[in-house]
Amino acid sequence: MRSNVSEYEFIAPGSLDAVLALLSAEPGAWTPMAGGTELMVALGAGRLEQRKLVSLWGIGELRGITASADWLTIGAGATYTDIRENAAIAKEFPLLARSASWTGAIANQNRGTLGGNIVNASPAADSPPVLLVYEAEIELVSAQGARRMNYSEFHLGYKRTVLRPQELVMAVHLPRGHRLPVEYLRKVGTRNAMAISKVALAGVGAMQSGKVQTVRIAAASLRETPARLSMTEAVLVGHALTSDRIQAARKALLQEVKPIDDVRSTAKYRAHVAANLLEEFLNQMAASES
Amino acid sequence: MSAAKIQLSEIRFKVNGVERSATVPPMKRLLDVLREDLALTGVKEGCGEGECGSCSVLLDGVLVNSCLVPALQASGCEVLTVEGLATNGALAHIQRTFLELGGTQCGICTPGMMLAAESLLRKNPHPDLDAIREGLAGNLCRCTGYMRIIDAVKHAIEEPILTADLAPEETVHK
Repeated sequence: MRSNVSEYEFIAPGSLDAVLALLSAEPGAWTPMAGGTELMVALGAGRLEQRKLVSLWGIGELRGITASADWLTIGAGATYTDIRENAAIAKEFPLLARSASWTGAIANQNRGTLGGNIVNASPAADSPPVLLVYEAEIELVSAQGARRMNYSEFHLGYKRTVLRPQELVMAVHLPRGHRLPVEYLRKVGTRNAMAISKVALAGVGAMQSGKVQTVRIAAASLRETPARLSMTEAVLVGHALTSDRIQAARKALLQEVKPIDDVRSTAKYRAHVAANLLEEFLNQMAASES
Repeated sequence: MSAAKIQLSEIRFKVNGVERSATVPPMKRLLDVLREDLALTGVKEGCGEGECGSCSVLLDGVLVNSCLVPALQASGCEVLTVEGLATNGALAHIQRTFLELGGTQCGICTPGMMLAAESLLRKNPHPDLDAIREGLAGNLCRCTGYMRIIDAVKHAIEEPILTADLAPEETVHK
């Protein structure tokens, strides 16, 4: 049943300061909306509970992608298309460009934003595993000021984050100059176009003298939040990728993930496929030095 | 539940090259504004959740699902719908190739497909097969099996072609 649009207030103050002032004046009363690829779907389905919305679309301060010596900064309002078309992202953070390219189709990519993907806080979202393996930092802003933290600290639980009612995500910062030689990203969904993932795994790493020197692994749809798989990483660092070690890593992964049964897949399938994706990544790691 | 009625917004925008306005709830879907307020029923509704592409329009030259765009966010923009593709009654090239190669059957997906194709060709005038498939991946068709649609886009890449140039089996609708 579709919502009655006459019951929804929607305003577009047009500047970041004006939006922040509004959020600060009535904390929690207004729900920010950028490209609408999530909230407008809820509206169409008659399940948009928030009755007062404020538009972030077209606010230039939120949309830029800029580089400093140490950081590539992506405004929260940058769309997937902006991300796909950015030369610095393609060169230095290619997994992010790739995950953007398989988030929905072109029309969704033209409207969906990185900030929206993060704040919506779906455990199945495409961008977060990539941001986690690239060790992104996230910047939050309110009328009272800005704060910045590791993105890995942002998600607290299922659809729960550290974002306060008067805050917006301002930008994501990616550390430059630390690119690792092996990068892996695979999403398993029902079909290529449009599908929301059943399970996805991102990994980056480096081998040295036949042993895992560095490895970072993150997953979507395997826990209640997008998550780094730190137990799995710990099993790997400092070790050669023998078949025993790979089996141990598979086991560690299965211990630290908590997949569920839902409309898109089953816990059993997700766990099995996730371990297979891990093995595929590790085989790629092992082959990287030869 | 009876919430107080909200203030309507006056949306002024340029639709298919013509200045138009509509006074509507600000969250009214662009799709509904186009169909109900401006009688542009070439814009179709399929899924209403951004998955099928039948409501695709160009908003400031950018392909969007109009079912996911609130009216207020279209204020001040330029909108192109399928009705704006033809000029002075002459079909656009992409419309001709869809027609001549059987890229349109029941017609529900056609307006969105054509706008997705238009968007693709504006950005990439010579897309390869993968690029065509990606460009149309957000548009579902239950009739054609997609091959004829992809053929229509492929032919639109080339210089305008005449029906007579096409192989007989490809000449479906004259």
